[in-house]
Amino acid sequence: MKNPPSSSEAVGHKRSALSVYAFVYLAFLYLPVLVLPVFSFNDSQFIALPLSGFTTRWYAGLAADTAMHHALGNSLKVGLVTSLLSTLLGLSAAKAVTHYRLRGTGPALAFISLPLFIPDIVLGIALLLLLSAVGLPLSLAAMVMGHLLVCVPFALTVLIARFEGFDKNLEEASADLGENGWMTFWRVTFPLMLPGIAASLLLTFITSFDEFLVAYFLSGTEATLPIYIWGQLRFPERLPMVLALGAIILTVSVALVVLAEYVRNLGVKKVMVGA
Amino acid sequence: MSFLVIANVSKSFGGAPAVDNVSLQVPRGEFFALLGPSGCGKTTLLRMIAGFEAPDSGTIAIDGEVMNAVPPHQRPTNMVFQSYAIFPHLNVFDNIAYGLRKLRLPKDALRAKVEAMLATVRLEGLGGRAADQLSGGQRQRVALARALVREPKILLLDEPLGALDKRLREAMQLELRAIQRKVGITFVLVTHDQEEALSLSDRVAVMEGGKILQIASPRTLYERPVSRAVADFIGEINFFHATVREIAAETATVNAGMLGVFALPAANLAPGIKPGDHILLAIRPEHVRFSAQGVASEILTSTFLGERSHFHVRIPGRSEPVAVSGQMPPAGTAHLVFPPENLIGLPSNQ
Repeated sequence: MKNPPSSSEAVGHKRSALSVYAFVYLAFLYLPVLVLPVFSFNDSQFIALPLSGFTTRWYAGLAADTAMHHALGNSLKVGLVTSLLSTLLGLSAAKAVTHYRLRGTGPALAFISLPLFIPDIVLGIALLLLLSAVGLPLSLAAMVMGHLLVCVPFALTVLIARFEGFDKNLEEASADLGENGWMTFWRVTFPLMLPGIAASLLLTFITSFDEFLVAYFLSGTEATLPIYIWGQLRFPERLPMVLALGAIILTVSVALVVLAEYVRNLGVKKVMVGA
Repeated sequence: MSFLVIANVSKSFGGAPAVDNVSLQVPRGEFFALLGPSGCGKTTLLRMIAGFEAPDSGTIAIDGEVMNAVPPHQRPTNMVFQSYAIFPHLNVFDNIAYGLRKLRLPKDALRAKVEAMLATVRLEGLGGRAADQLSGGQRQRVALARALVREPKILLLDEPLGALDKRLREAMQLELRAIQRKVGITFVLVTHDQEEALSLSDRVAVMEGGKILQIASPRTLYERPVSRAVADFIGEINFFHATVREIAAETATVNAGMLGVFALPAANLAPGIKPGDHILLAIRPEHVRFSAQGVASEILTSTFLGERSHFHVRIPGRSEPVAVSGQMPPAGTAHLVFPPENLIGLPSNQ
């Protein structure tokens, strides 16, 4: 049509204004982050425009940096243990909250979620004081305990959402068909919860892996990756290498989050069918 | 000795009792129904037989063994859930085979057993079908097959046909009855649908407020209800106030005021009624007849239902119309006749 009615024209204007807004918004969010990969390939010690040529030497430098490898190893260890433990704790709590009418469920949930709202620096200092008062040494184990506080609320949120779409009759049906509680868990609950469990593992792993403040206070002599990066910032000549490391972490984190979301959605339809 | 014996079982969830001192016995191979409105305690009773709820008091015994301390997974019962509870991550075959794991059958034997059960519930060839690709009727059959394949001593059915549309429900009723006859397993069915209970069961327990009002065959429930509540719940019925004059060996004489005095079979009076008692005379709409003589009446409404019609008829001295079911009377003033053999006497205090 040559002369569309004015009302649809107005709608058209509104739409294009909205898409401009969306574009600006996304640019605001992600342009600063894009600085990392761009300068990590820049052939200059100085982080400044104009770019002075393509190089992969910063990445090569990372590959040779044993202190970084050690810190990465620590981060992976803490992240794995934290994600396993917090998912296990979250699973038990989520099942209790959604399957049984227990007294004090509300306050208990609030207390579990509280660490989300306490500034990490406060949490870090508090844990540091507690550990020294009790006489426990600073260590990776101490860091895991600190990270559990931060990660369990995330695990719980993901898993409760998953349990709520779960037909309680399915577990009763399994008992009715001769399976005890343990076998019912393995044959019914676990497979149906698997996408939620996977999402919780990924989410808590990333949370622990990225966490800096609590780790900083509790690490003692063992650095994790964020602490290592923080240390490197004192040396200007190492900055491009930090950018390269940041770019790698960014890529892996995004990939994990996308994977977690994908896995979480994967089984939602199936559970709904059972309800 | 009966196969399923429930003795003085009570259960409450905090407030009023959900099941209140219920006793009943079901012989082996019977199709037994628990019938009542929602909240009458029938599902709680069923779940106690399955072991999902524990009675506060009383005992439940199956085949001579007291079940109170036996957990659900060790009871010789299997249940068809109202929601069917088909395992969504398993296909039809694996759903049906779920409860056979402990038998440790060789693969061929397991397959043969499941295939036979698929045939029984007429789902041949659908073993590979995913749970989310089944229709409502198919899900119902899978739930039934999954429970029956374990050859339980008692099969428990919780409103198994409630989620199906009317035509499918009627077809499944016939099939359920046929399957029960074929496998010979004792069935205990919970339903709020009186038609379903009457058409399927050998005997029905009518429940209300956690208590059993009457246990009888469908025909007896319909023709000889022992209380107003049962008569009201099963089909439509008219009530008239009356007084018992005398009760002899064979017949009882009852004065129903405007309607006249009736000599009805003494067996038509509910147990416990004595001469001089105020009672309710009850009669089904299809037993009331139009005639040239009798109680003068005026037809208020008539509804044509095919082979018969349903009428609301006013008679003098009574504000509530009488429900009548039958053929349209010939033109002219219709009179109503109440055949004494179809009148039932019920206590008026219930």
